[in-house]
Amino acid sequence: MSPLDISPQRGDAGDGIGGRPPRIDGLAKIRGEAAYAMDQPVEGLAHAVLVTATIAAGWVRGIDRTAAEAAPGVLLVLTPGNTPPLHAASTWTGEAPPTSEYRPLEPEIRHVGQQIALVVAESLEQATEAATLLRVDYEAAPFLADFTVPDAGEGQDLPPLTIERGDADTALASADIRISAEYGTPREYNVPIEPHGLTARWDGDALTLWEPSQWLDGMARNYAEWFGIGFEQVRLISPYIGGGFGSKALALPHGAIAAQAARMLGRPVKLVLTRPQTFTAFGGRAATRQLLELGADADGHLLAIRHRGWQETSRNGLWVEPLNAATALMYEVPHLSSRQRVVPVNTVTPSAKRAPGENPSAFALECAMDELAYALGQDPLALRLRNEPGRDPHSGKLWSSRRMREAYAAGADSFGWARRNPTPGAMRDGPLRLGWGMAAGTYPVRRSAGEAMVRILADGGVEVASSTSDMGTGAYTILAQTAASVFGLPLARVRVTLGDSTLPRAPVSGGSQMAGLMTGAVDKAARAAREELIGLALNDPRSPLRGVANTLAVAEGRLIAPRGEAPPLPIAELLTAIGRDRVEALRDTLAENGLKPEDRYRAFTTVSTMRAPTDGEYSMHSWCAHFVELAVDEALGSVRLRRIVTAFDAGLLYNPRLAESQIKGGIVMGIGQALLEGGIVDRRHARVLNNNLADYLLPTHADIPPIEVISVGEPDPHASALGGKGVGELGIVGLAAAIANAVFHATGKRVRDLPITLADLC
Amino acid sequence: MRDFAYHRATTLEQAGPLAARAESAILAGGTTLLDLAKCDVVRPAEVVDITHLPGLADIRADAESLHLGALVRMAAAMRHVAVRAACPAVAQALALSASAQIRNMATLGGNLLQRTRCAYYRDPASFPACNRRTPGSGCAAAGGVTHHHALLGTSEACIATYPGDLAVALVAVGAVIEIGTRWMPAEDFFLLPGETPHREFALEPGEIVTALCIPASAASRRSAYLKLRDRASYEFASVSVAAGLELAADGTIADVRLALGGVATIPWRLHAVEAALTGRHPTPATLREASLLAMQGATPRPDNRHKLDLAPRLVHRALEQLLQGDAA
Repeated sequence: MSPLDISPQRGDAGDGIGGRPPRIDGLAKIRGEAAYAMDQPVEGLAHAVLVTATIAAGWVRGIDRTAAEAAPGVLLVLTPGNTPPLHAASTWTGEAPPTSEYRPLEPEIRHVGQQIALVVAESLEQATEAATLLRVDYEAAPFLADFTVPDAGEGQDLPPLTIERGDADTALASADIRISAEYGTPREYNVPIEPHGLTARWDGDALTLWEPSQWLDGMARNYAEWFGIGFEQVRLISPYIGGGFGSKALALPHGAIAAQAARMLGRPVKLVLTRPQTFTAFGGRAATRQLLELGADADGHLLAIRHRGWQETSRNGLWVEPLNAATALMYEVPHLSSRQRVVPVNTVTPSAKRAPGENPSAFALECAMDELAYALGQDPLALRLRNEPGRDPHSGKLWSSRRMREAYAAGADSFGWARRNPTPGAMRDGPLRLGWGMAAGTYPVRRSAGEAMVRILADGGVEVASSTSDMGTGAYTILAQTAASVFGLPLARVRVTLGDSTLPRAPVSGGSQMAGLMTGAVDKAARAAREELIGLALNDPRSPLRGVANTLAVAEGRLIAPRGEAPPLPIAELLTAIGRDRVEALRDTLAENGLKPEDRYRAFTTVSTMRAPTDGEYSMHSWCAHFVELAVDEALGSVRLRRIVTAFDAGLLYNPRLAESQIKGGIVMGIGQALLEGGIVDRRHARVLNNNLADYLLPTHADIPPIEVISVGEPDPHASALGGKGVGELGIVGLAAAIANAVFHATGKRVRDLPITLADLC
Repeated sequence: MRDFAYHRATTLEQAGPLAARAESAILAGGTTLLDLAKCDVVRPAEVVDITHLPGLADIRADAESLHLGALVRMAAAMRHVAVRAACPAVAQALALSASAQIRNMATLGGNLLQRTRCAYYRDPASFPACNRRTPGSGCAAAGGVTHHHALLGTSEACIATYPGDLAVALVAVGAVIEIGTRWMPAEDFFLLPGETPHREFALEPGEIVTALCIPASAASRRSAYLKLRDRASYEFASVSVAAGLELAADGTIADVRLALGGVATIPWRLHAVEAALTGRHPTPATLREASLLAMQGATPRPDNRHKLDLAPRLVHRALEQLLQGDAA
């Protein structure tokens, strides 16, 4: 089917859960008709421009606003000196703030790009020009540019991440085969094409925000706390998101200052970050370093893993990128020692980028497994199969489902792995050396409660509503499919409204949990609405079906008696007959997640009730196996991918077309991580130099080879109501390792620091 | 609001004096001007739009030469059959430049005049020191991150790389730049930074590039452009080579033209390599030895040292490719 071929959907299983309809919002997006948060017209708008620090550490002694305030059209210039504090907000994990006040503009500077002023004017151009007229008087202080500078030291231990299973040191010492290697990943940035920004409007004490959001309720809570108003007084609207990858889940400092300006001015204020500011207004993936030692017996059974990790964080905030997330899980290994340290440096606090933890963890582990395979003289795939664990080696629990063997088999078969000559450099195509590499990946099943409203309309159509957001990955579509399944309706008869904090509650669209929990909530609400409808049909005195049977079926918009006791009755006719214009049900899944009604607010506005993958009887994860072919021009060092096959187990796929597409998206992002991406720091200034999309290299179409994705999953009833596991983050995990392993296979060179570039290979 | 005066020039005679004013900038495709204005590197008080000047968007080829008007869009030139026949290196250099969107807008004249991608040059708010931007202010790049900076043609004052592709091909094939009524070899058009890196092009105030002219030659007809970079598209060259070759009847090299991009402050003609090849039989050993001269006189920095090896290999590869084309 071509992207434009969106022929009317049939009202059969093809429109329901498990069907492959294209995204119902797709046509509007490619036509440019989909209005994103920042596209919403708001009357009386003033435009704001953020001014950021040009030093890495020190103080703003003062900012001369005179010239800026005198510039044409300027309405307001906010600096640390004239901006009243807000209330401190509790954290996204639900912890109380350490202080009572929050200052979105602080005089103390901790990183280049920290916001220090906001200029608001009648037009964007006026604000932009006035922003250049501010004269900032700094007092510079010493800084740590990144975690490689000697003064940064070894950082602080993170005891919660320590794992000591058995005696790794002794086991390593006695192992037949040992490898030891250090792996590094640079700062990687989310750089969504839709930049961050917001429009804030106050109506008395009520705040309306149009802002792209992966978490309507969490961000609304944060704004409410900042401004000391009720949660219900904040309305956050985010109909679509133009890419987030983890970076649009939290309220950020630039949002605080823009909303504050709107309140002080009594006018709506719009602020959109410039592209360079999207590198400093929020953090990307922390730079990491991992030292891995693997020991095995001569047959290739893993005996021990010793893992030491270091990551950057900022001087004023702690972000933890759990570097052993995959290390402790992937293989049967009796002895494991893992420690992690976090090194504060003068950068913006790192944050979530697709598969935080699992991604760098799998990069190091899966490269190390390849190195071990070569040290043993074994096939990398055979080595993995030999060490496939029967249960979670960390928690000791059984897997809810782990179709890793099936993924290896399907991927290897389609790729033709058996034809691989293992000798590095042995496979050639003319002057090019071919590299075949593979690696595995995993991502946990996280679970939270959701809430949805499902409404049956007088015309027989159905509405679904929730505050959850569609990041572009298909929430609108799969939630419509969920309702279509329950009512036997074609997709066209289901209308889904999302992305508004006044709608029924939803937790963060992060951790690959949204699809599983929201299909569960919509399914529950839809079934409740259906039951009420059937009850009305059987019991209402005015119903033509009153008493005809004990129950009724609902399909194709009609109520159907089980044995033909009465002719099928269109839902619309029933509602007319009984004098109703709708039947609706609002349901949440708090109880299913072990929560009480009083947990409701906390459950949706913090992650404090999110359940770990081992919370319960089983250990629950998605799995994948990547197979990569690339070609290296040995004389010139250039790497070009040729094809990728990824087989994955994410349980039931609610919409295989969209799930496959999301896996491909993760793979594309992984290609960037492997070969292109990385913040380049000028250590003299602690400044990231390549803060734009010409110099921060993301893959272009020409960098992407044919990608085949194969689902080997089966419904996992423990993981979610409808049997799916997480998809969104899975595809990127392990992909960079598969590429690095393929580069070794092509060249015999182990490049252990990403990205792998010409300079490494020429 | 930063206001500027907008002039839509209708004749070259009118445009010249307007462009000669102290704070004026010429607008053609706009892809560089808009970019640099957004970076705050240029702040023109007057913009002179030359896109309506007549007669500057022609492509003409005859037995003598290929004539490309300065206002020809990159996309139009790279697709033109006459360009592909007369100088494949130029067509390939254009096709490997920028993005499709930029190629549709940007003009050939403007392409020649594009400015360096030096991150320190492009961020005046963070790096006030830049001799190219502000004479005498210093060089923030020296001692900084320099993996994209030049190894050839550098000076104490400036090590910024000339970023373009087209100019490298033009310099190799001996193209001539038409500036109104005068003509200049492309090789002389780009100025070494020396002590005056702010003077980048051999243009006097008010002068406007009006055309590019490639003299017909066998080496131009048998030419190629190779561009090496990490990303497969939309990235400036890590190293690039324009090469043209003419073999004599006895199989010796009658004429060879070579220039490097991505490693020098200007499009870098490889006279020494050409001299080492001319009149010789193109044996593998001869090609390899001559190619090794490509980076003669280079001043590498710790993070661009790998280009010392890469550039000669790419030169070698380009020559091999042109010779293989002969066999085929």
